Amino acid sequence: MNIPSELKYTKDHEWIKIEDNIATVGITDFAQGELGDIVYVDVDTLDDTVDEGEVFGSVEAVKTVSDLFMPLTGEVVEFNETLEDEPELVNTDPYNKGWMIKIDISDSSQIENLLDAEAYKEIIAG
Amino acid sequence: MKNIALHKVHENLGAKMVPFAGYNMPVSYEGVTAEHLTVRNGVGVFDVSHMGEFLVSGDNALALIQKVTSNDASKLAIGDAQYSCFPNTENGIVDDLICYRIKENTYLLVVNASNIEKDWNWISKYNEEFGAELRDLSEEYSLLAIQGPKAVEAMQSLSSLDLAAIPFYKFKVGDFAGIEHVIISATGYTGSGGFEIYCKNNEVEQIWKKVFEAGADFDIKPIGLAARDTLRLEMGYCLYGNDIDDKTSPIEAGLSWITKFTKDFVNAGFLAKQKEQKPTKRLVAFELNDRGIPRQGYDIVDGEGNIIGNVTSGTMSPSLSKGIGLGYVPTQFAKSGTEINIKVRKKAIPATIVKLPFYKN
Repeated sequence: MNIPSELKYTKDHEWIKIEDNIATVGITDFAQGELGDIVYVDVDTLDDTVDEGEVFGSVEAVKTVSDLFMPLTGEVVEFNETLEDEPELVNTDPYNKGWMIKIDISDSSQIENLLDAEAYKEIIAG
Repeated sequence: MKNIALHKVHENLGAKMVPFAGYNMPVSYEGVTAEHLTVRNGVGVFDVSHMGEFLVSGDNALALIQKVTSNDASKLAIGDAQYSCFPNTENGIVDDLICYRIKENTYLLVVNASNIEKDWNWISKYNEEFGAELRDLSEEYSLLAIQGPKAVEAMQSLSSLDLAAIPFYKFKVGDFAGIEHVIISATGYTGSGGFEIYCKNNEVEQIWKKVFEAGADFDIKPIGLAARDTLRLEMGYCLYGNDIDDKTSPIEAGLSWITKFTKDFVNAGFLAKQKEQKPTKRLVAFELNDRGIPRQGYDIVDGEGNIIGNVTSGTMSPSLSKGIGLGYVPTQFAKSGTEINIKVRKKAIPATIVKLPFYKN
């Protein structure tokens, strides 16, 4: 199981990379494995400001659909449009080419609520 | 939770095992899309040993089957298989099944794993009148479905029978993979051709092994239940519990072709009348015209946003790369070409009613 140590995580199996005030968000290697073949990433909140814990989109696998939750409050400033034609990048490269959105963070104090790699590892082990 | 005979074999192949109808079943191996395309373009093997098998024999075997099933089993010659259903008395369906005529007075009924007990009780109740001999072989028999356009060629070396000479929905009892008295049936749930192999649990490991040896040159692969579902949905085959159930009639479900009023059977009077007067709702097939994937339980809405029905099965079609589904709508919306909408979360996605199958060979 690939859980890069430099990233932050949520219990909803998302990863977050923070650079300056921008958070890049995707789903973890564990999550893509559980979902199976991903065929569609639907983000309908581009340019919206969405609260932490609210749904920003959904990820559809052949057999299931799963909501995507905001890890931090902020404006959804970018969607990875490559996923429109190549949603399978979420399976093959979840931490790089499979990124989903970028958030302009509203409240940087929320960052400390995110999990580190060790804490996330315990969640998926449990 | 019960295990099928090849449980360890599937685990060793890296299958994702999930509880299904009381059994731990392989749902996928390398991934549903790849498995789906293996069956469409090559050959793959499903272990569907959870399915139920009832043997019906004796002088009144046919009379019992005629009473409890909707299709006309008197048309079956030895070696014929027939798709059918058990109608209930509340205008719904107890289960769907395949009926095989094995010998003069011996029939095999193959039913859904999730309904084995319900079906057994239902048939037994009617059998009080007929006194046929009933045996539940579900725990003793395994079932492998070897499916795909290369199935015949890949499997021919395993049998002295001419596999290409078994027409669709006919079967032979003969040798296969070194085992005698195996049922080799030209049936399946995929629309890509191939066989279903019925054997005893203690024979299935040898058969599985030899099937993979014989199929190696054809890149044969194990296929899970997830791909079985996407394959059957591309053909528009009903799945019990989704598209048909205790409350849907075979007429509404588009199963008039297996509902034969040439004989008397359970609830025939109501069904004949419903067929004549046209049902008020129909099971239809639809394709999404925009991005999105329909799922079981989603609402079907009209142009004004009124709910007119619900999705009973839906998926992204791996062959067509678009959202497809089945669902019930009022009859006035059932004509092919009719525009409807599928409510995918907050969005109403335009869809068109189409003729089945979705996937054409």
